[in-house]
Amino acid sequence: MEKEIYKKVLNEKKIKRPIFLNAIKAFVVGGLICLIAQTILWLFKDLLHLEKTASTSLMYIVIVGVTAILTGLGIFDKIGQFSGAGTIIPITGFSNSMASSALESKSEGIILGIMTNMFKLAGAVIVAGVVSAFITGTIIYLFR
Amino acid sequence: MIFLNAFLIGGLICLIAQLILDCFKLLPAHIVVIFVVLGSIFEAFHLYDKLVDFAGAGALLPISSFGHSLTHAAVDAAVNSNYLGIFTGIFDLTSSGIAAAIFFSFLIALVCKPRG
Amino acid sequence: MKYVGKNSAEFKNVYLRAASTISGPKEKKGPLGQYFDYSYSDNHCNAENWEQAEIKMQQNAIDTALVKSGLEIDNINLIIGGDLNNQLAVTNYAMRDYHVPYLGVYGACSTCVESLIIAASYIDAGFGENILTVTSSHNSTSERQFRYPTEYGGQKPNSMTSTATGAGSAIVSRSASTIKITKMTIGSVVDPELSDTQDMGRTMAPAAASTLRQHLEDFKIKPSEYDLILTGDLSMYGADVLKGIMAEFDCPLGNNYNDAGLMLYDTKSQKVFAGGSGCGCITLVGFSYVIDAMRKGIYQKVLLIATGALMNPIMVAQNETIPAIAHAIVFERSNV
Repeated sequence: MEKEIYKKVLNEKKIKRPIFLNAIKAFVVGGLICLIAQTILWLFKDLLHLEKTASTSLMYIVIVGVTAILTGLGIFDKIGQFSGAGTIIPITGFSNSMASSALESKSEGIILGIMTNMFKLAGAVIVAGVVSAFITGTIIYLFR
Repeated sequence: MIFLNAFLIGGLICLIAQLILDCFKLLPAHIVVIFVVLGSIFEAFHLYDKLVDFAGAGALLPISSFGHSLTHAAVDAAVNSNYLGIFTGIFDLTSSGIAAAIFFSFLIALVCKPRG
Repeated sequence: MKYVGKNSAEFKNVYLRAASTISGPKEKKGPLGQYFDYSYSDNHCNAENWEQAEIKMQQNAIDTALVKSGLEIDNINLIIGGDLNNQLAVTNYAMRDYHVPYLGVYGACSTCVESLIIAASYIDAGFGENILTVTSSHNSTSERQFRYPTEYGGQKPNSMTSTATGAGSAIVSRSASTIKITKMTIGSVVDPELSDTQDMGRTMAPAAASTLRQHLEDFKIKPSEYDLILTGDLSMYGADVLKGIMAEFDCPLGNNYNDAGLMLYDTKSQKVFAGGSGCGCITLVGFSYVIDAMRKGIYQKVLLIATGALMNPIMVAQNETIPAIAHAIVFERSNV
């Protein structure tokens, strides 16, 4: 009987997230990060005349590196709190998940801490990517 | 023009992810896996390359491009050699990103201290 | 001890001899900062890592409580304590330096009152003269164990509560002093079938309601009996749910109700989302401000209800819901 009352009150007093505001913040920050990355890409490809795949690789390396540094400085988590998916979805999220896991486990030493825990959060992305690439790739290969 | 497209498409992908996050009360791990798989599926219809041509970094940066790159590289290697290429070539395009992430994370973990 | 009703008991001669509070910088900046015995300027507390910092805070709390009570560690017959870390690591390691019989207890964020209940029971039963309780929580040890690395950029929703960085220690004694520990109610586990690890406040509210109602029923009293009913860390949303549940049971809470999670921080200016949480939350508020107010005569009778969410990340990942528990204890001003 009590359970019904608990459920009733919990259902009545649901928490409303600021969905619209969060979406706008994600859009603006996500878009801005992609704009900055596009500028870096343009820099390498059109200004320095590097080859397309090399430019793309360099762009990724720069973004990953800057994210790792911002994570280490304790700035990135504040940006992430503001923008949500705006920083999780770009490769910044991947880099931050690895840098923050590694940094947090520092107290357990280099091997058992940093090295062992680096992929704690990023593992899901890599496994999902490889498994889906395998399945989709096989399908594309068979129907080519 | 591509700069504006990068901003708009990149922002749009993030906006859709944020809406799914908030409406379905998912965790970051869930949303990232969803988008990686979607990127991989889009590759099946050769849609992602068109998006990259249109929006540049706006399509290259979101984690969906990770799924697309893995699939693209796997298929290319399989087509160019034999089916074993799916395994040997899968990380061709993404190795730089992963290697950089590992290296930089390690460096930062050595040098910095978590601030809480 | 006299067994009362179903879940409760009355103590005969148990007093709160002294209590100490040690906090981090964020708590110092809150509305009750002036009441704490000591506050660190940095969450690292000049220690090597987060866990060592929390151990340091606990030992500081114990040493401060001893000084405030005028006792030496040899006068303490038993230590009861706990924290949020796996295997009660922080409390266990803090105890290495004190060669006193020790009972470790885990009640999540209800550990403060759980340890007081056991201490008061042992004193009333005659196990020595002075029993010390200690509990702590640390924002970073809690985040990295239950949720994400502290530098992770994931977005915390508005339902989230911020684990307090703080430790507190109480000395429960047979010798009379201003504050008497008179009654207790032990809670049972209540599972409202929620599984959102970022919504702990609402998850614990039914447990708080269950223990509060049982307490009122066992002692045949109404909420107005107390000058203050303080829950541990329901914070903004949980406190609202508790008020709603009590209203549904025709036992509405009045202006004498408050929540430590809302008192510890200034929820408007400090970045704490829905409010404070953690073992340290009710400890910091209860052992500093509330005791001070009681000594000044502002409160005569206070009911502390510490709430704990019994969350385990593996169980939650296995699609289990999160059960909670709440324990209650009564402080009364005595005419000593």
